[in-house]
Formats: sequence, C-alpha cells, structure tokens
Amino acid sequence: MTAFLVLLRRELALAWGRGGGPLLALAFYACVVTLLPLAAGRAPERLASLAPGIAWLALALAALLSLERLFERDFEDGALDLLALGPASLEAVAVAKCLAHWLAAGAPLALAAPIAALALGASPAIIPLLIPCALAGGLAFSFLGGLGASLALGSKRGGLLVAVIVLPLYVPPVIFGAGALDALAGGLPWTGGLFLLLAYSAAAVALGPIAMAAACRNALD
Amino acid sequence: MLRTIRIKDLSLVRGERRLFSGLNLEVSAGQAVALTGRNGAGKTSLLRAVAGLLRPVQGAISFHGAANGESDALEAETARAEALHLVGHHDGLKSTRSAWEELLFQARWTGGSEASARAAATKLDLDRLLDLEVRRLSAGQRRRVALARLLASPRSLWLLDEPMAPLDAGHREGFGALMAQHLAGGGMVLAAVHDPLPVPCDVVEVGG
Repeated sequence: MTAFLVLLRRELALAWGRGGGPLLALAFYACVVTLLPLAAGRAPERLASLAPGIAWLALALAALLSLERLFERDFEDGALDLLALGPASLEAVAVAKCLAHWLAAGAPLALAAPIAALALGASPAIIPLLIPCALAGGLAFSFLGGLGASLALGSKRGGLLVAVIVLPLYVPPVIFGAGALDALAGGLPWTGGLFLLLAYSAAAVALGPIAMAAACRNALD
Repeated sequence: MLRTIRIKDLSLVRGERRLFSGLNLEVSAGQAVALTGRNGAGKTSLLRAVAGLLRPVQGAISFHGAANGESDALEAETARAEALHLVGHHDGLKSTRSAWEELLFQARWTGGSEASARAAATKLDLDRLLDLEVRRLSAGQRRRVALARLLASPRSLWLLDEPMAPLDAGHREGFGALMAQHLAGGGMVLAAVHDPLPVPCDVVEVGG
C-alpha cells in the first residue's frame, strides 16, 4: 500500500509538472467551448441544446489527448522495467497511473464542465447532475484511455492509434451521460442513465487495469 | 533471503532469432559473474529473463534461500519483487524532475527510505547534483543516480547491464569498491560487461 501511494505521488507530480496537468487540459477545454459558437452559429436556443453534448465531447477529447503518453514515457526511458519489478503488481501500477491522471486532469475538467455548459446557455437545472456525470465519466475515460495507451506501446505513431482504440469505448459513457442530462432537461426519469454510467465506470476501473498490465507485459517481453 | 539463483538449460529467442540455448549457470551468495559476448549475443536478454521481464522458450530460472541444494526454493515472483535490482542501459529517470526527486522515488519504490537514499547519494558522490534536473546531468551522472538505488534499498541480487560504461575512471573504482562491499555482505552480482569487472568474478561467455 505504501508503494502504491509512493507511485501515486510521483504520477501526480509528473502530471502536474511542466507541459501538462490541469491547466493545459482546462485551456484546451476552454478553446473547444469557445470554438463551438463560432462553428455552430450564435443562436442562443441552438447553443443551449448543444451545450451538454459539447461539454461531454470536449471532456472526452481533453482526456484522450493527455493520456496518449501515459505509459510510453516510462517505456522509452526504462522506468517501466522498474515499475514492473517493484513491490506492487503491474495492475496496481496501472491503477495508480490512471487514478493520478483522473485526479490531475479528469476531476478539474469535470468541475469546469458546469461553467462551460452555463456559458453556452444550458439550463442551470442540469448542473447538479452534470457534475457527478462528468466525474464518473471522466473516471471511465481515464481508465479506458490508459488501456489504449498501453496497447499502443512501442508503436511509433501512437496518437492516432490510441484514438481509434479508445473512442469506440468512449461511446457508452457518452450515451448514458448525455441521455441522463437530456432526460432531466426534458422532465423525464433520468436515474437509469446515471446508474448505467456509474456501472460502466465501475467496470472500466475494475477490468481496465488487468488488460493494461497484460499489454505492458507484452510490450516489455 | 535470496542466496542462490540457478539457471538450467535456458534458451532465449528474440523474434525469429535464437540467441542461445542450453545455458546453465549458478550464482550464489558472495559471487559475481560477468557475462561477456559479442553485441547482440543475448546478455541483456538473459538479465531481463532473470528479472522475469522476458519469457524463456525453454529452461528454468529458480531462486533459492539456501546456499546449495534444491531445498528452500523461493517463489519466483516474490524473489523478483523483493530481492533483485535491475539497472539497464536506460536509466529510467524522468528528464524534467530533479535528481533527488527521482532517486527518492526509486529508493522508496524498491523499499528504501529517505535516509537511505541520502546515504546512497553521498556514497556515489551525488550530493552536489541532487538539486539539478535530470536533463542537466551527463550520462555518467545519470547512471550514478540510477545506481544509487542499489545502495538505497539493499537487495541481494544486482542485475547490471553495462553498469560502468558511462562512468569515469575515478567513479568506476568507487563503484567497484561498493560492489566488493555488496559481495562481502553475501550479495550477488550478475553483470553484462565488455570491460573486466573491478571485482573478482567468474566470466561466462553468452551465445558462444
């Protein structure tokens, strides 16, 4: 357990360090949200209907872009050998890395999502639901993105490959989350979507690390 | 405590190429073995196989708690996680972090403490470098930071891949003395080298 915390602290320090971390992800998020009115037109009612959806999309893309090199850096500089030989299993290493990514980038983005949605004219009534949806969805994004990053280990053009592996896996949480928000805005029962989203995130957290560890072992062999 | 490793009839294959087959080797407490051989003979692969990072196609690598005999076999996974260090030719250091941050992480990750990391840094003459970012260090200085974890968390088996290649003459001598201390305390060293090891050792040619 202490080893896990030691690793988590290092991963957080690396994520917050130069050229990364929450500020950059938030800046990216702000750019996407600013681009939307320019691309889709300024009509307030149209923007308001798009707001929750674009908040989701920007969340998924921001998570994806910052995840690409989650394992690659350690693979290239030899640190993955050290992590593989440490006191914690590679599965625990994968959990620490994804959790650190979620804490450093996913959670700040989730907290920024309501601001973005409000700025685009979404109804304030959806905000209490948007935050838990974005937090849970971001957790799934981190663990599934880590899976893509580990599968792309060693390939030279990892970025696009990661996106192609990961984006289909991002479909269910986006459907469940956006569905719950839509239902709430329309006055329909929304708990089903939220529960499906939570279940999907729980499955990603539970099963993702097993696959990530296998992919890392395969890359090291 | 790990006191013997035994490699029996080991064959390694990389891609389509067979590196070597039928390798037998035993290393016991206090012994150093230098692995020699041409480039690409499989020295690094052998070290990685002992560390459990490569799966051999044939043969077995076993870890024992007693100096001789088949008894006292240790579970390979535990032995690898707790009783060996692997320092490869990549140093495993993050270029944007300070030498001290990286050393402290590597020491803690392998079971050492802040105090032991400090002591290790002093022994490897790193005190003045600790505040620098890793990317400001020379290859030899980086290697010394990587080697420091050998001392910061004591483990019996050192697997070293060209450990002294980037070191200058003075630091080679210093590291030789540290290796001799490790061996005197019942440690083991298995090192892939081109230059002779600065401690008494058996030489094994890999890949013939």
